[in-house]
Amino acid sequence: MATNGTSVIQLKGVNKWYGQFHVLSDINLDVKEGEKIVICGPSGSGKSTLIRCINRLEEHQQGDIVVDGVTLSNDVKNIESIRREVGMVFQSFNLFPHLTILENLTLAPIWVKKMPKKEAEEIAMGLLKRVRIPEQANKYPGQLSGGQQQRVAIARALCMRPKIMLFDEPTSALDPEMVKEVLDVMIELAGEGMTMLCVTHEMGFARAVADRVIFMDRGEIVEQNEPEEFFAHPKNERTKTFLGQILHHG
Amino acid sequence: MADIPAGERRQLAPPVDETGALGWARRNLFSGWGNGITTVVLIVAVVWLVSSFLNWAVINAVWTAPSGQECRGHGACWALIHEKYRLIFFGTYPYEQQWRPLLAILAMLTMLVLSSDRRMWNTRLIWIWTIGSFVTFLLMFGEFNISSGLIYFVALVVGAIVQSVRSTTGTPAEVWGWRAVAGVGLLGLVLRIVGIIPAWTIPIHAFTYVETGLWGGLPVTIILATYGLVFAFPYGVLLALGRRSKLPLIKGLCVGFIELIRGVPLISLLIMASVMLPLFLPSGMTIDKFLRALVAVILFAGAYIAEIIRGGLQSLPKGQFEAADAMGLNYPQKTLLIILPQALRVVIPPLINTFIGFFKDTTLVLIIGIFDFLNAANQALVDPAWAGFPAEIYLFAAFVYFCFCFSMSRYAKYLEIELNKGTRR
Repeated sequence: MATNGTSVIQLKGVNKWYGQFHVLSDINLDVKEGEKIVICGPSGSGKSTLIRCINRLEEHQQGDIVVDGVTLSNDVKNIESIRREVGMVFQSFNLFPHLTILENLTLAPIWVKKMPKKEAEEIAMGLLKRVRIPEQANKYPGQLSGGQQQRVAIARALCMRPKIMLFDEPTSALDPEMVKEVLDVMIELAGEGMTMLCVTHEMGFARAVADRVIFMDRGEIVEQNEPEEFFAHPKNERTKTFLGQILHHG
Repeated sequence: MADIPAGERRQLAPPVDETGALGWARRNLFSGWGNGITTVVLIVAVVWLVSSFLNWAVINAVWTAPSGQECRGHGACWALIHEKYRLIFFGTYPYEQQWRPLLAILAMLTMLVLSSDRRMWNTRLIWIWTIGSFVTFLLMFGEFNISSGLIYFVALVVGAIVQSVRSTTGTPAEVWGWRAVAGVGLLGLVLRIVGIIPAWTIPIHAFTYVETGLWGGLPVTIILATYGLVFAFPYGVLLALGRRSKLPLIKGLCVGFIELIRGVPLISLLIMASVMLPLFLPSGMTIDKFLRALVAVILFAGAYIAEIIRGGLQSLPKGQFEAADAMGLNYPQKTLLIILPQALRVVIPPLINTFIGFFKDTTLVLIIGIFDFLNAANQALVDPAWAGFPAEIYLFAAFVYFCFCFSMSRYAKYLEIELNKGTRR
C-alpha cells in the first residue's frame, strides 16, 4: 500500500435518512493519505450519498465526518475550506456549458484561490496536456465527446490542487468505447499518489489501483477488503450475489 | 435491400424538389375546385383591401393643409400629423425649448444602441450610462442642484462596490484608494447627518428649468420604460433568488411581494403611488409625481421579471449547482458566475416579451396625469380645428410604437444567437 498512515478522512457512526428511508446506517470509515478506495454496491445502496457527504453536497444527520483535520459542521467557512481540499468528478460531468474548457478549469483557482489569471491558465493548460486534450482549450463543453468532457471534469477538479479526489460513477454515463480513456487518466492519477474515493462498477479498475474495495448494501458497509481477497473470496452472501451479477458478463 | 453487400450499397441522394413556384401554388392553392375558388376569392379580397388602404393612405391623402376643413372628403389627413407632430412628440414641454427633449431622445437612443453591442459589456457600459443619463436629464430638467449628501452617498456606494470587485484583481494601492473613496463618503454622510459640516450643493444651470409636470410625449415614454426596466431587472433578479432562498423569512417576503404586486393592476399601483403615498409622508415632504410613477413601474415590472427569471433558474440541472458547490465557490460567486449567466440565456425570449409589454404599459401613467407619447397624441385630437381624424393619429402612434417594439424583438433574436455561439453542438 502506498500509504504513510495518516488518516485524511474519518467517518464515525455516520447516519443519514431521506424521510423514513435509512440511506446511511452507522458508517465507520478511515481513509489514509494516498489510499485508493473503490466503493461498489447495488443501486440505491447509499454509495453515492456516502461520498457526497464527504464534501457536504449532502448533509449527514448523525455522527462525525473529519476531512483533513476539519470536522464538517454547518459553518459555511468550514464547508468551503473542505471543498477547497476535495475535488469531485460527477457521473454527468457537470461542466459549465457557457464557459470554454479553459474557463471551466481556471474559474475556481481564480475566484476561490485568488490566483492570478495567467498562472491559473498555465496550470490549466498543464492539466489539459495531462488528460491529453490541450487542443480543446478554447472550445465549449457541448462540442466535446462524453469521454473528453469527463477528462476535462477531472482536470477541472485537479486545478484546485486537491488532497482528495471523489469520483461518483465517473464512467457510467459514457459510451463503452470512451470508458477506457477516462479510466486511463484515473489510473495515472492513482499512480501519482492521490487519495481517491471512487464509486464505480469497473472491477478491472478496482483490481488495478484500489488498496481497498468496499461493498455497500442498504446503507451499510457490508464488507471491505484488499481487491485480491475481495474478488477471490468474498465472505458475505450479499457480496457474493452482487459480484455474481456484475462479473457474470465481464 | 438486405441482400446487397455493404460495399456495393450506393449513397442515395435525397429526392429532388421539382416543384418551383408554380408547382407549389398548384399543390397548395389549387388542389381542387373548393380550394381554387377559396384562393381566388381571398386574393380578390386582399387586393381590394390593400388598394383601398393605399388609396386612402397615399393616393388621396392630404399632406399639408391649413386646417382640418380642407381634409374632409379626401383620404388620410396626414396634414394633422404635420401640424401636431411637436405636440405628439414633446407634449406640453415649453414650445421654444423643444430641441432639448429632441436631443434627450437622441442621447437616450445612442445610449441604448451603444449598450446593446456585446463588445461594450464591460466597464464601458458604466460610462455610457453615467454620461447618457446625465446628458438626458440635464437636457430635460435644464438644471441640477447636486447636493452634498448625494455626492457622499455616491462616493460610498461606488467606492464600496469597486473595492469589493477589484479586491482580488487590483493592486493594493488601487483597492485602498477605492476604500478611501468609500470612507470619505461614509464620513461625509455621518458628519452631515449629525450636523457637524454644513450642506453644500453644486449647481449646474445649463438651461431654464423645466419641471417634470411639463414633460410629455416620447421622452417620457422612453425614460419611463428605460429606467423602469433598468432598475426593475436587478430588482427582479434579487426577488427571484430570494424566492428560492432556504431562509424562510427572505423567501416569505419575496413570495408575498411578488404575489401581491402581480395580483393588482398596474393602474391601481399607479394611483396608490400618486394619491395614497403622499398621505403617509410627513407634511411638507413631496416626492415628484414622475418619480412616483417610475417607482410604481419598477415595482410592478420587478415582480414579473422575477417570475420569468425563476423559470430560468429552475430550468438549470441540479448538477450545475453541485459542481459549483463542490469547487468551493461561495454563494455570490456561484450565482453570478455559473447560475445567472445560464438562467438569463434561457429566458431571453420571455424577458423581451415582458419588456415589450411594459414599454407599451407605461402609457397607463395617463391615469395620474402624466402625458406619455400615446396620451400626447391623444391630446392632438382635442383641437376643434382638427377634430375628426383619430385614425391618422392612432396609426401614426402605432407606427412609432411598432418601430421600438420590433427593434427590441430583433435585438432579442440577435442576442440569443450571439450568446449561444459555440455553446451549441
